[in-house]
Amino acid sequence: MKLGFYPGCSLQGTSREYNESVKALAAAFDIEMKTIDDWNCCGASAAHSISKELSLALPARILALAGQQGFEQVVVPCAACYNRLAVAQYELNQDRELKSSIEQAIEMPLNNQVKIINVLQFINTYIKDKIADKVKKKFEHQVACYYGCLLVRPHKILGFDRVEDPTSMDELMTIIGATPLDWGFKTECCGASLSIARTDLVGKLSGKIIKDAADRGAEAIIVACPMCHSNLDMRRPQIDEYIGKEISTPVIYVTQAIGLAVGIAPEKLGLQRHFVKVNIR
Amino acid sequence: MAGVEFATDYKYMCSDPGQNLIKQAIKEHHLDGVVVGSCSPRMHEMTFRKVCSEAGMNPYLCEIANLREQCSWVHEKCDATTNKAIEIVRGLVEKVKRNKPLQAIEVPISKKALVIGGGIAGIQASLDIANCGHQVILVEQSPSIGGHMSQLSETFPTLDCSQCILTPRMVEVAQHPNITLYTYAELEKLEGFIGNFKATIRLKDKSVDFSKCTGCGLCMTKCPQKKIPSEFNEGLGTRTAIYTPSPQAVPNKPVIDRENCNYYKKGVCKICQKFCPTGAIEYDKADKFITEEIGAVVVTTGFNVLKTDFFSEYGYGKYKDVITGLQFERLASASGPTLGEIRRPSDGQIPKKIVFIACCGSRDPAKGLAYCSKICCMYTAKHAMLYQHKVPDGESTVFYMDIRAGGKNYEEFVRRAIEEEQVNYVRGRVARVYEKNGKLIVKGADTLLNAKPVEIEADMVVLATASIANNGAEDLAQKMHISYDPYHFFAEAHPKLRPVETNTAGIFLAGACQAPKDIPETVAAASGAAVKVVSLLSKPTLVREPLIAVVNRCAPPQYSTCVGCFMCQTICPYQAIEREDITDRRTGQVIKTIAKINPGLCQGCGTCVSFCRSKSIDIQGYSNEEMYAEVSALLNK
Repeated sequence: MKLGFYPGCSLQGTSREYNESVKALAAAFDIEMKTIDDWNCCGASAAHSISKELSLALPARILALAGQQGFEQVVVPCAACYNRLAVAQYELNQDRELKSSIEQAIEMPLNNQVKIINVLQFINTYIKDKIADKVKKKFEHQVACYYGCLLVRPHKILGFDRVEDPTSMDELMTIIGATPLDWGFKTECCGASLSIARTDLVGKLSGKIIKDAADRGAEAIIVACPMCHSNLDMRRPQIDEYIGKEISTPVIYVTQAIGLAVGIAPEKLGLQRHFVKVNIR
Repeated sequence: MAGVEFATDYKYMCSDPGQNLIKQAIKEHHLDGVVVGSCSPRMHEMTFRKVCSEAGMNPYLCEIANLREQCSWVHEKCDATTNKAIEIVRGLVEKVKRNKPLQAIEVPISKKALVIGGGIAGIQASLDIANCGHQVILVEQSPSIGGHMSQLSETFPTLDCSQCILTPRMVEVAQHPNITLYTYAELEKLEGFIGNFKATIRLKDKSVDFSKCTGCGLCMTKCPQKKIPSEFNEGLGTRTAIYTPSPQAVPNKPVIDRENCNYYKKGVCKICQKFCPTGAIEYDKADKFITEEIGAVVVTTGFNVLKTDFFSEYGYGKYKDVITGLQFERLASASGPTLGEIRRPSDGQIPKKIVFIACCGSRDPAKGLAYCSKICCMYTAKHAMLYQHKVPDGESTVFYMDIRAGGKNYEEFVRRAIEEEQVNYVRGRVARVYEKNGKLIVKGADTLLNAKPVEIEADMVVLATASIANNGAEDLAQKMHISYDPYHFFAEAHPKLRPVETNTAGIFLAGACQAPKDIPETVAAASGAAVKVVSLLSKPTLVREPLIAVVNRCAPPQYSTCVGCFMCQTICPYQAIEREDITDRRTGQVIKTIAKINPGLCQGCGTCVSFCRSKSIDIQGYSNEEMYAEVSALLNK
């Protein structure tokens, strides 16, 4: 199985540690992934609010390149990129005329058979059943798994996990010895791109999420999306302002949590890059 | 046209003067064939055939040329259309020339009805049929009749005590001389056809001999297995292994639940047998099978409510205080696990803030149930009212999408809840229910206030879950060869005009097994199905149209051109083809086995005719000769 890797813009910039931890985890389990050559930005939320053609052409070019370079599956850690690629693929497969007009725009043929998988599907397929044997130090902490909005919706297209109460990350946490908390904020809105225009609203929405997790005794919040991470971690000052006190619960990526359990060094997982200090090991 | 002796036209041929015109023509001109060029035969073929028969001509020598639906209604008015009409008539004239006189078929009828399912629908149907003087067999799967209606505390819109109005009928069924009641029994097999069914019924072994048991109930007090979740109380209460579902059970004699009994599981105990004063308890007996000859079947197997973690966002199954509407009924019922007090299943406290969520699962194509469950708006209003009556200082909120209160006095009932009983109705859906600090946080929205978010810290949440087909509905439908829809509700013959019949002749439907229904509609449907059954059983024989397939017979040594390949039997959708042995009358030796059509089951579809390789089967009234003549006439002008 030739496995491709699509980092997307955030993994090169604000979520460098996500990139590092995914690569470190793959290396620890001897899984080879090759980055798609000459990849471009997928457009995320910016393109689809401006132009339908642009929102489809950008992901289409990535899918076409992946097909050309012989990848059968492409791992896409960023949840937004994952969502855009999967949805664009679905829409172009439904409408033949649209597909040929997009093919003309990107000047490349699109065979659209590449399977797009998110980081949780990647772990479930290639790593999950090997984790238990490789655990060096059990991650014995109470954790709150936060899925955000783009990993599991729309269910009709992505067909991944349960929409209202997902459990895939919780299962992985149990395997590494953690105790995932049962809570009602797994898919509640964090404020998303209002992070820039209305940071105060992010403070309120993400604040509700952080407050509930902290009230239930979560020692860490586990995420699988750079946007979730950014709002819950980088915007902590606004969150603390909304809640009225300082909450020190760190936010770490699922790959970082599993990485720690299987003995990968914290620096290799990029834990030092977070805004809220990660003391948890 | 050659062979046509008399032709005329009249504006309203189906009316009295029109019919008389035909009668007179037959008599005057000694006609032996009539073609009526008019509307679809589905409208008036029977009318015109009756006219011919009254005039002394065999009715099957009369054919209808459909000049309306197949000609004038689908083409522009012009010469071509007129020519088409003429050609249609010409084709039928040629056919009628080859038509043979046919006699209607009479099939004997067994004068007994089988009712499957002992809820209010089955009870009503059984009583109606029995009161007309016919025998009824009522089969019920659980140890008692009564169904869901016996679980309700009060019924809308009258707030009648449900058991008070139901139990008299249950007793009437048990005591009726024309009704044979089999409880703890199931339909094992159904063979045959209308008027002549053969039903095999499995009588599950109860471990209690009902002829000796007096219903004293001593065994139930002594049984050591006391913690089995009670089905009747929807899991909110417990029962023993030897049990009656409720104190008002009919028959009020217990059965042993083998899956939970100490003796059947581990070979120990037998305390009930020791204490039984009449020696009615006998272990390890096998299920019994009985067969009955039945004329008609009424299916009244009812429905179930969705009770799974279908709604992971509401926490049903995860949080003890999130319950279904049917569970709330048991809490509100005076004979329920809390003796009618509304108490939280988790800690037994009386909830001061209660939230009712309507449309849980129904009207939701994304979750797979697109239909409306019909009864929930009404029972939610009822539940909210009952709560306010029992907890006057309590606060109840109903989150709804629409209010469907279409029955008699229904709208007034809901308005009473809103205007007089202080129930707070909020139009909006609930996004999530989660637990925090012992309370259930309900997050919804008020769409009439511009989607303002509404968050309630409730003590209890009641979900009005969807009505779904009962367990085993698909298997039962396949056993009886009746159709069902994708939701496993049984299919009626016509949704508007034939709501209590199925497409399988002789099998009728009533109640919630066909679609979600309230009690008045169920009772009406049950009586309707009963009338269909009685009209069938009241005739001496069943008269059927002779437009069926027939296998030819000829002189020995061939006896028939049928070679006995039985392709027809494999392909017949109605299982109407049997094997007939042609035997030597003296020696009894079988000379050949050929196909035989069952005149009671054959629907005249013609599939066997097209499959028969030796052309040995033909349809009476639509024979190869007749059809060929019609088509030839259409092709040769």
